[in-house]
Amino acid sequence: MATELIDRAPAGPGGLPGEEAAGVLLAPAAPRSALRRLAGSRSALGAAALLALLVLAALAAPLWADHVAGTTPYANHITDRVEVGGKARDVVSPDGVPIGPTWRGRFFLGADVNGRDIMVRLLYGGRNSLMIGVAAALLTALLAVATALVAGYFRGWVDGVLARGLDVIWAYPVILLGVALGTAFAVGGVRLGPVELAGDSKAIPVLVIAVVYVPYMARPLRGTVLALREREFVAAARAQGAGAVRVMWSEILPNLLPGIVVLLPLMVANAILLEAALSYLGAGVRPPEPSWGTMIDDGVARIVTAEHLAIAPGLMLVLTVAALNVLGDRVRDALDPHAGAGT
Amino acid sequence: MPGTGAPLVEVAHLQHSFRSSGRGRPAVRAVDDVSFSLGAGETLGLVGESGCGKSTLARSVLRLLEPSAGTIRFAGRDITALGARALRPLRREMQMVFQDPTGALNPRRRVGSIVSAPMRWQGAGRFAAEQWTRELLVRVELAPEHAGRFPHELSGGQRQRVGIARALALEPRLVVLDEPVSALDVSVQAQIVNLLEDLQRDLGLAYLFVAHDLDVVRHVSDRVAVMYAGKIVELAPAAALYERPVHPYTAALLAAAPVPDPRRARARPRPVGGEHPDPSAPPPGCRFHPRCPAATAICRTEEPPLTEYPGGRLAACHHPLAVGPQELAAAARSAASPRSASHRLPQPAHVTA
Repeated sequence: MATELIDRAPAGPGGLPGEEAAGVLLAPAAPRSALRRLAGSRSALGAAALLALLVLAALAAPLWADHVAGTTPYANHITDRVEVGGKARDVVSPDGVPIGPTWRGRFFLGADVNGRDIMVRLLYGGRNSLMIGVAAALLTALLAVATALVAGYFRGWVDGVLARGLDVIWAYPVILLGVALGTAFAVGGVRLGPVELAGDSKAIPVLVIAVVYVPYMARPLRGTVLALREREFVAAARAQGAGAVRVMWSEILPNLLPGIVVLLPLMVANAILLEAALSYLGAGVRPPEPSWGTMIDDGVARIVTAEHLAIAPGLMLVLTVAALNVLGDRVRDALDPHAGAGT
Repeated sequence: MPGTGAPLVEVAHLQHSFRSSGRGRPAVRAVDDVSFSLGAGETLGLVGESGCGKSTLARSVLRLLEPSAGTIRFAGRDITALGARALRPLRREMQMVFQDPTGALNPRRRVGSIVSAPMRWQGAGRFAAEQWTRELLVRVELAPEHAGRFPHELSGGQRQRVGIARALALEPRLVVLDEPVSALDVSVQAQIVNLLEDLQRDLGLAYLFVAHDLDVVRHVSDRVAVMYAGKIVELAPAAALYERPVHPYTAALLAAAPVPDPRRARARPRPVGGEHPDPSAPPPGCRFHPRCPAATAICRTEEPPLTEYPGGRLAACHHPLAVGPQELAAAARSAASPRSASHRLPQPAHVTA
């Protein structure tokens, strides 16, 4: 079926000579045929299916916890015993080694040193990791688009101030800045006007990750805005009396969308990775709240005696990030009909 | 129709400088002390080589570029210093059609949205805007169904028709046409020029028609202005300019146009050689002198004034062509002359033809 779709996919939108030179970020409108090309790519479908599965699993976390595992992500079962292969075994052995995968409802993927069900924590942790990743990427996109539009449209000193601000963020290594901001916010909480975030709020990692990645998205978008504002349709809009906000919103922004769509899956992947890194370093999601990062942190110390503790969340992280990267690449290919045909 | 009543547009001593990047480099005076007027319903052709400043001048008239000096009056009102807000109601009256119809249409918006945008921005209701958009599309010889298309689904000529429809949406009195046909096929060029003529006749539009060769504006213009290196060198009624050019540059431009008959082509004067001067370092005196076959010592030092000859012909040349002794005697320095120009009028001894 996939090959059928490829065969039916058109060569490109319009196929006009003047438009071939335009890069992805300036690609002409062709959402429908781009979507068709995307649906014709087996790897894109595979990645999308995997992501859908991960999201569904995270959504179904309470179902698994209540009806299959019969526990919560926070409940300790150190002194419990569980039946495996007809024999009753300690969830955590007297010398502190947690049980491995039972491949049954209870402790499907084993337990951690506190006797908590890894599978249940993995599903709830997935909720946190995916939610934080997507929210942070969307917030990054929002901040980056606003910055890029204003800086690229007004240029001059406005651009200078914004670009230097981005440079300041850019100058710090992502993880260093993330840890610094995450720690500072976690201690004191955040007060943004009427919004007040407690130190253990999950919005704090979202905010930190979003801010840290803004320059990575704002810089390429600003370049695109600079190119777009010189196009004659912008002059035409101004000649008709359109003000700055109107030009940015209805003339330039629609032309930025393909670029944003391309960058977004990659931003989500980066945000999830950074969340894991920050949580691993204790500057992201606060224990006992599970996330893939905190779970890897829990597991690393016992990687020799109880390898499943780190492998399970690590595998989820790899799958998610790989799927997002594949999807991002395919979206880029689909929007740019002149790039190599990837399937 | 030309010249009836007060002029719609009056440009006086307009200058536009581009700051050049790089320290110590002088600013580029793309438009250097240009004056002209345009009457209601009139067409003024504006012709010159690439880089002579004609597009900059055209955009300055609409205040799309900020002039560095001089004044622009529209319908008697000085609009040179008006802010964006004060300018907005005037935007209805003056519109522009762009050279590249592909670049001038937002690729992510449908034709209907492009054409109706100015009406909606100026506060028209949705239904009225849609109705008027359909009428406009028919007016520019497209079909109402084109409203649902994206620009990339149209041909070059159709796109330019969309650009014209958009310019007409607010029922302007002035339309600046910035090389409206030079990106189009020759067969399509004629259709678009005819359309523009019909629209002018029906709607009483004034056109400032920018082109890089004289052929295109020949039939549509009432008067033609020839620009060279940021200055107007000749401005005359179209027929006079084509039949009896006064400035050697105008004559050279006319000679550069291809002629279908090779025998006639051979008999004509040769076009001038050389390059358009570097606009950041224009030659002193008459800017055309390095390329001019008639140049003498005075041309190298003294900038000629725009001299008015009988019949409404203006030319800035010390050695005018096609000017008789009586005409020379009746000549006067025009108020449209650049401020830097000399007060010495062409002398009989200097006349070349």
